[in-house]
Amino acid sequence: MKPFSYERVTSPAEAAAAVARTPGARFIAGGTNLLDLMKLEIETPAHLVDVNGIGLDRIEPTPEGGLRIGALVRNTDLAADATVRRDYGVLSRALLAGASGQLRNKATTAGNLLQRTRCPYFYDTNQPCNKRKPGSGCSAIGGYSRPLAIIGSSDACIATNPSDMAVALRALDATVETVQADGTTRTIAIADFHVLPGKTPHIETALKAGELITAVTLPKPLGGTHIYHKVRDRASYAFAIVSVAGVIQPAGQGRIALGGVAPRPWRVEAAEGDLPKGAKAVSARLLAGAKPTADNAFKVSLVERTIGAVLAEVKGKA
Amino acid sequence: MATFPELELSRRGILASGAATVAVSGLPQDDAQAAPSQTVKPVSTARVSFTVNGTPQKLELDTRTTLLDALREHLQLTGTKKGCDQGQCGACTVIVDGRRINSCLSLAVMHEGDSITTVEGLGTPDKLHPMQAAFIRHDGYQCGYCTPGQICSAVAVLDEIKANIPSHVSADLNTPARLSGDELRERMSGNICRCGAYSNIIEAISDVAGGAA
Ligand SMILES: Cc1cc2nc3c(=O)[nH]c(=O)nc-3n(C[C@H](O)[C@H](O)[C@H](O)COP(=O)(O)OP(=O)(O)OC[C@H]3O[C@@H](n4cnc5c(N)ncnc54)[C@H](O)[C@@H]3O)c2cc1C
Ligand code: SF4
Repeated sequence: MKPFSYERVTSPAEAAAAVARTPGARFIAGGTNLLDLMKLEIETPAHLVDVNGIGLDRIEPTPEGGLRIGALVRNTDLAADATVRRDYGVLSRALLAGASGQLRNKATTAGNLLQRTRCPYFYDTNQPCNKRKPGSGCSAIGGYSRPLAIIGSSDACIATNPSDMAVALRALDATVETVQADGTTRTIAIADFHVLPGKTPHIETALKAGELITAVTLPKPLGGTHIYHKVRDRASYAFAIVSVAGVIQPAGQGRIALGGVAPRPWRVEAAEGDLPKGAKAVSARLLAGAKPTADNAFKVSLVERTIGAVLAEVKGKA
Repeated sequence: MATFPELELSRRGILASGAATVAVSGLPQDDAQAAPSQTVKPVSTARVSFTVNGTPQKLELDTRTTLLDALREHLQLTGTKKGCDQGQCGACTVIVDGRRINSCLSLAVMHEGDSITTVEGLGTPDKLHPMQAAFIRHDGYQCGYCTPGQICSAVAVLDEIKANIPSHVSADLNTPARLSGDELRERMSGNICRCGAYSNIIEAISDVAGGAA
């Protein structure tokens, strides 16, 4: 690990100011992703601003009938919250399908949203990787690409976003609230939060340098049946090969978002009109234009089958 | 290699981070000298105070020191083990303010004011914690390397079920969390046992919880 200086702050404004003031500074929350990457010197911040003391650790109702989740709420607490379990079950399920009990106890809402890809070449500092070292090339294209993206990728990068939580947030149409050092606040729709790689795969979100996430807001509950179905190489404690977040209404309409297939949670609202027609129809529209590799072409049919499993489970519960 | 490519990288990671450990533990000079000193930035230190197993501790540490290294290298509490050092194996599990965490993925300086319990703090050889006694009774280990992490995790898992924290295998999110073999297996999945003592571990935990797996 490269040496870094360290500072604790006690308010969001102080946190944003501290990062803006110090070159090479980064926020650290649970540390479960950032520290891992710092040990490998993939991330090399010169200064860490510890945001664990800034509050933002509550889950509160919004005047619109939704829920405001503080950036520092731990994944365990979010999954266990009574309102989330009752009204936003897909979010609890997605969180509980991710990482381990120990990690969820530390991992935060903001940190989870900003966790970086698990592409094996991104982690291997001896290999070219455009995301880690812009312009160096992409080892995954033509290399081992089984876990990687089938859609939304580019000639520069085919990495997936590994977050389970983000897939549920995309299905729920969450918004991300932020503050900057000059005090400016804004909200970013989850659909616009993660950006596609294009020619600049090192840019992963719409956040500006030093912008602090303060909360994630959920709109009013949607009702319906909430399911998160995660397909992985072992029954627990593994990243998704394919995952499906579904919120399905009694008449068969609903929402579907995919994980494990794209550089961001993958949702195509127009495809959802086909939900009553079944998994094949929805999946075909969701994955129109997919460009899988020989290694991960299986994900195309796996998506269809996983959506099928979600729809079957909904029927079983009806 | 196919299922979890990151694991393959961990060895390289451990070698790369070796220099920092050498400086702390004062091991042989060779590795330290191999590092080109002109490119190394000055080390930053910070003070931290926390309680470990009931004893207040004040330390001044290289900011890079993980909670795991602080416990093992600075406080000589070597019960907590370093396995993967990447949050993947659970050998470093300790309980902080009542919650289990991976001490390898946490900086020591981030634990100001915290109350930390390691396997040494759960019980002593003369007065074992019920979970420690159950692991012995049920042969919940072979080599024993993952055991301190397993035991800390197991103690916290029972508290998590009591606190009604659901898991991936909980059938209904809106009824209280229940104890079962499936629940324990899922909740303990962050602790890997290379010897494969899993079934005995589940029996030990079930024994303490007072139910059958
Ligand atoms: C072995 C292992 C298995 C895992 N398995 C899964 C899995 O199956 N599914 C899954 O979804 N995840 C998984 N994870 C990832 C885990 O969910 C993330 O590491 C965690 O959510 C990150 O949260 P954190 O608070 O620890 O983030 P940190 O590591 O503290 O931070 C991550 C990033 O977010 C930035 N940041 C933090 N807070 C803020 C803020 N408020 N505003 C702006 N920037 C901020 C930091 O600067 C950093 O860049 C796994 C992790 C490990 C180690
Ligand atoms: S897919 Fe992206 S992250 Fe993986 S090697 Fe290519 S550029 Fe790097």
